[in-house]
Amino acid sequence: MSISEEQVRHVALLARLKLTDEEVARLGEDLNSILGHIDTIRQLDLADVPPTAHALDVVNETRADEVRPCLSREEALANGPEVAEGAFVIPRIVGGGDAS
Amino acid sequence: MIDVSRLTATQIRDGIADRLFTAREVAEAALGRIEALDGQVHAFNQVTAELAYAAAERIDDAVASDVVLPPLAGVPVALKDNMNLLGTRTTCSSRILENYESAYDCTAVRRLLDAGALPVGKCNMDEFAFGSSTENSAFGPTHNPWDLERVPGGSSGGSAAAVSAGMATISLGSDTGGSIRQPGSLTGTVALKPTYGRVSRYGCVAFASSLDQIGPFAKTVGECALALNAISGKDPMDATSVDRPAEDFTATLAEGIAGLRVGVVTDLLEAEGCEGAVRDSVHAAAETFAALGAEVGEVELPSTAHGLSAYYIIGPAEASSNLARFDGIRYGHRVGDADDVLDLYMRSRAEGFGPETIRRVMLGTYALSAGYYDAYYGQAQKARTLIKRDFESAFERFDVLLTPTSPTVAFKIGERASDPLAMYLSDIYTIPVNLAGNCAVSLPSGLCPSSGLPIGLQIIGTHFAESTVLRAAAAFETALGFDPTPPLVREIQ
Repeated sequence: MSISEEQVRHVALLARLKLTDEEVARLGEDLNSILGHIDTIRQLDLADVPPTAHALDVVNETRADEVRPCLSREEALANGPEVAEGAFVIPRIVGGGDAS
Repeated sequence: MIDVSRLTATQIRDGIADRLFTAREVAEAALGRIEALDGQVHAFNQVTAELAYAAAERIDDAVASDVVLPPLAGVPVALKDNMNLLGTRTTCSSRILENYESAYDCTAVRRLLDAGALPVGKCNMDEFAFGSSTENSAFGPTHNPWDLERVPGGSSGGSAAAVSAGMATISLGSDTGGSIRQPGSLTGTVALKPTYGRVSRYGCVAFASSLDQIGPFAKTVGECALALNAISGKDPMDATSVDRPAEDFTATLAEGIAGLRVGVVTDLLEAEGCEGAVRDSVHAAAETFAALGAEVGEVELPSTAHGLSAYYIIGPAEASSNLARFDGIRYGHRVGDADDVLDLYMRSRAEGFGPETIRRVMLGTYALSAGYYDAYYGQAQKARTLIKRDFESAFERFDVLLTPTSPTVAFKIGERASDPLAMYLSDIYTIPVNLAGNCAVSLPSGLCPSSGLPIGLQIIGTHFAESTVLRAAAAFETALGFDPTPPLVREIQ
């Protein structure tokens, strides 16, 4: 299986990565080389084998639903690239246009 | 000044308790060694002298008031830079987290410090732990103390080099596919990947959550056991940490290995790409085990042939999901002139991530994307079952398994940097252990006759068999009598 440049651009959008044309070309080559190596896994007949998501047989680890200490607002915001009035500042997501 | 690199953790603790020297003098010695050598080695992203001295003062106060000292009192420790510690940056050797200040403490780090250790710094690594050489750091590579032109392995290369060069007595790394054991092998140190779930990962920046595990580096097996005593155990903040009765991993180290069933994994040993000197060293180690009274036999793990493929699907898939949190909103690098929120995400991430991180995120996103999930991720999880079953059947016959840790000794900086696949092959012996969730230790099995560089032996145990693995390692260590001092350190001693 080989990845096209268009697929690389689609995956980059899914991964939220802005790539240059050179990066798209180079990543296409890299991904095809890596996928070429690991492609044998697609050929294995594993229809009767159950998947392993987790190496240990641990299930449904829960804790009591209690209020516990957590970061203060100031601590949570301390690493924010842009912060105002006790909140993270982000570009407008909804609305906009003439009303802004 | 005392030479801390010649003292074990227990000798440091006891020397402080017996008032032969103070914890402050130990801190000065370790920081002095960093000052002397780290310009050449670059094991550290950040040196934390103030934190080390503050911790030393608490130990010296305890001595003055005749309080019994904890097991790692005054022991200099170094931490991989993906573990949070208040008062330090946690950068993951990435531009995107270059200025990130830890907001809380990683549990394993907290436990090590509660046992009396002195934090001397945060160690360089491959960015987000993606790599096997520590060349993928945004802040430049770490150099191997055995040969400064060579890599120390990775991704925990800074933690390995810090111990090797005597800049810390114990360090912590994290291991997703070999990132503790492979650098241990390449630097002649003892390096332990505990069983999945043995050590809490809370506060360690996640790479692949079904594989990641924190573990120690030290010069001796006994010190790794002491470190594991300190950091292991259930943590309510990590649901994958396992609640088991407390164990003293040092208790059985000296019991010997008479009758221990040791399996040499022959198909892995014969794998293409394994250097002759490495293969010879494992065969010699097997003879040593037999001479020590172990019952040595042979075993194969045929499904591990799919280990690399399964790992390079599962690892990047989980990583692409974990790294979605780096979006330029709550922390990390953010472009200043974004048109809209999508543009902010896409350019902040592209500018903040290095090339290998982008490669893995792309690979993982592809493997999870519509139409490919079953072909790649689903198949990889099934192959993982086969690998797990291979280990289960091998552990019916054997108590521990022997393989090389790395197929080669330390390679030159730049040698594999342009070929991702060649780099990925560095971990063929370590990856299957993570996929199955087992524990394993790497320790030196000798020096390569032609290059004089250390070779590492991997001893693998089943889930929660750390005591057995460490006992086997301790017996071998005593029989071998390896000197872990690299030439760089011999020159200044």
